[in-house]
Amino acid sequence: MSSTYVELRPGAYADSVALLQVSRSVQQVDGVLAAQVAMATALNLEVLAEMGFDVPSEATTNDLVVAVRVEDETVLERALAAVAEALAETRRRTTGGDVDLAPHRTTATALREQPGGLVLVSVAGRHALVEAMDALDAGSDVMVFSDNVPLDHELALKRSAAERGLLVMGPDCGTAVVDGVGLGFANVVRPGPVGLVAASGTGCQQLLALLDHAGVGVSSALGVGGRDLSSEVRGLATREAMRRLDRDPAVELIVLVSKPPADDVAADIEEYAATLATPVEYALLGPGRPDLTAAAEAVLRRLGHAVPAWPVTGAAGPADGVIRGLFVGGTLASEARLIAGTDAGHTFVDFGDDEYTAGRAHPMIDPSLRLEHLARAAADPATGVLLLDVVLGHGAEPDPATLLAPALTGLGKPVVIAVVGTTGDPQGLDRQVRALADTGAEVHLSNAGATRRALELVGGPL
Amino acid sequence: MTTIVNVGADLFADAVAGQAVDVERVDWRPPMPGTEADLATVAADPRRQDANRRALEAVLGVTARLVDVAPASEVLGLQRGEFLHAGPPIDWARASGPLRGGLMAGAALEGLVEDPEDAVALFEAGSSVSLEPCHHRATVGPMAGVVTPSMWMFVLEDPATGRRTHCSLNEGLGKVLRYGAYSPEVLTRLRWMGDVLGPLLQAAVRASEPVDVTGILTQMLQMGDEAHNRNRAGTLMLLRDLAPAMVRSGLEVADVAEGMRFVGANDHFFLNLAMPACKLALDAARGIEGSTMVVAMARNGTDFGIQVAGTGDEWFTGPAQVADGLYLGDYGPDDANPDIGDSAITETAGIGGFAMATAPAIVRLVGGTVPDALATTRRMHEITLGENPRWSVPVLDFQGTPTGIDVTRVCRTGILPQINTGMAGRVAGTGQVGAGLVTPPAEIFPQALARLAELARATSSS
Repeated sequence: MSSTYVELRPGAYADSVALLQVSRSVQQVDGVLAAQVAMATALNLEVLAEMGFDVPSEATTNDLVVAVRVEDETVLERALAAVAEALAETRRRTTGGDVDLAPHRTTATALREQPGGLVLVSVAGRHALVEAMDALDAGSDVMVFSDNVPLDHELALKRSAAERGLLVMGPDCGTAVVDGVGLGFANVVRPGPVGLVAASGTGCQQLLALLDHAGVGVSSALGVGGRDLSSEVRGLATREAMRRLDRDPAVELIVLVSKPPADDVAADIEEYAATLATPVEYALLGPGRPDLTAAAEAVLRRLGHAVPAWPVTGAAGPADGVIRGLFVGGTLASEARLIAGTDAGHTFVDFGDDEYTAGRAHPMIDPSLRLEHLARAAADPATGVLLLDVVLGHGAEPDPATLLAPALTGLGKPVVIAVVGTTGDPQGLDRQVRALADTGAEVHLSNAGATRRALELVGGPL
Repeated sequence: MTTIVNVGADLFADAVAGQAVDVERVDWRPPMPGTEADLATVAADPRRQDANRRALEAVLGVTARLVDVAPASEVLGLQRGEFLHAGPPIDWARASGPLRGGLMAGAALEGLVEDPEDAVALFEAGSSVSLEPCHHRATVGPMAGVVTPSMWMFVLEDPATGRRTHCSLNEGLGKVLRYGAYSPEVLTRLRWMGDVLGPLLQAAVRASEPVDVTGILTQMLQMGDEAHNRNRAGTLMLLRDLAPAMVRSGLEVADVAEGMRFVGANDHFFLNLAMPACKLALDAARGIEGSTMVVAMARNGTDFGIQVAGTGDEWFTGPAQVADGLYLGDYGPDDANPDIGDSAITETAGIGGFAMATAPAIVRLVGGTVPDALATTRRMHEITLGENPRWSVPVLDFQGTPTGIDVTRVCRTGILPQINTGMAGRVAGTGQVGAGLVTPPAEIFPQALARLAELARATSSS
């Protein structure tokens, strides 16, 4: 006889990624049928309800919900012990000496310990300004991974940073490489002559992957956030990032990766670029403009470097129907949409978009949402080809192919995948590509290449 | 590469640590409910950082010297029927037992009534008496904090500016006015203090170099005093400084000897110098617009109030809490009055409970352990703007005491200032019933924050 246990813990808190890990470890306890440990956000309450848990109505977003279904009562104690242990694990301070010190509670106080440290903020968007401002107050640059940050918060941060000659990367900055260290979702690259300024995380990662394959290194990749080149923010961070790269003697070419900026902002940026000693190459992804792969090729040519053939592994067969693009990378989804168009009925979903990530982890960390949609899309008779991306690198799912491959096997529809990664990435690029190709999928390094191939398979115009 | 400070998803800290880069992990948790928007507004207030820097510098720049001892009627211009009391403003109807008891003793001392019990009618009528907070008259008073015109006051001065603060003379422990007792022995002692002790101290202070109160605080903090619940070393150093002049005062030898015995036997005598020294320092930050630093914490036995540098003389109040600690004799929690006194000015200035780590000898008195004491002082650094280089804690490697409580940091972390305190009996006339630890009511910090945010918005739109 199964038994259900739901407990509210007011004032307890852990971030959503940590709680995901807690939930997973509790699910693994023998005799546990279902377990969810989560903050009582609207989205999580929905999830809990779907799982059949009855959460008391007084729950607020500041309450932690522990919900467990067990085979019988005797398992409950072990399950709750596992909850306690997994929660304790999330709190354990893993840096510092042998003294058992309580960790700092704010960015300001942590920076007293690490003056000059670079700050990486990934708290929920509405809280990000306060932590990021701590960094600027202490004279530190800051990368804001958080999305859903209000525009006026971004402006306040970037204006304050500009006054102090500091760099705000983000908000919604997924990727950066600073002094050889990958932050957020970043690929492992060798140092080299290229310095990237990127308003898009996965756009940046695509360039990193392609340049790495071509044997060209990247000394820095500075993210600026998707809104930086809007007419409101006016490139405040882009300018500072370009200034930094211009000062770096290792950088021979600055590459700006972005959606096309607002017209007046584009003029401003070009004017500013003209004052720099280092040349600037623009990779502006938009209608009628070169895709990211073409941009990478332009960079290679400008550096006098040969353009290699972009690798393809496996071969998918032709099909009737439309392309269903299910992406975790926002810019990769946009690029595919630009190349294939949507007039023929092709669809491209970005699971990293704000509407999917509010209250849950990014799909590069938690692939479950895309996996759910995958089966549904494959079952749709209108679907001709499934087009996916898999993004490797620091911060991403440790072994995405192992999770994705079983879901791909036996779908009955051709699958084309862009695997964005470098040979140095911790997941092992070759191993990931092979595991995916083994399911019958066709795997590309170039997302543009993958998209054109999908289009070819459904007989669309190239 | 410098270190990374990670605030948010632990996954990113792991990814950075995996690249052999040092990571400092912030144990971030959501702020106090309802404070998000105000926190962002205040964080983005361009005046804040500089205002807080100036506020902290102003406080740390003050030194306090004991320059005179004289009756309140002379140094404060206090008139017959005027009563000062601890904490934020309050009237007789809402006054707690110990405050009423102190006022009744004061009325008898001033000869307004013969029997202290008769003063109840006097205060209920209210026509011939008035109540005013000590803080409004450049004064602080421990516990009930009752000051009447005939009471002798310490006069402290900042030599750089000539600003002055005041405090009454300490009566010792047990049945005393400040704990709400008004028995004949209480009045007899007060009269002796007015007739003998006050003039003796006046003669000694006037004949000596001004006593360096800030300097004694520096030394006592290295001798096991935290200058709120333990003042033993400070008291004896004061006696050391004044004894020669007392002996040469020309007063009756028996009175000199009794005065010296009284001071030396009263372990808390120096508290009444530590408090006005702290007020003198904190008052230097009053009125600094945009500053989020707390300049006073005070309790009247009913309400706990704070004042903030950037919000003028406004009090933010909530219900005073009952301390958690140890009781004298047969007294228990039911006998204790809620928190009372201006003595939390010591914590506001970074000593008392904030310097608990330096006073291991009294951790048991307030019901704690030595590790608790170390953790408390470290925790207070999370909510303060800086350290006091003058006042350091040997056992924490001579780290300065945590100074300048930041309203925003309290709201962000939910960490409340830790106050060491004595406990007065709930019923007027009882006296002291114990000592322990207490915190302010949490809600007064969001109140103050809301006002700071309102002022920030008004400034930015004007």
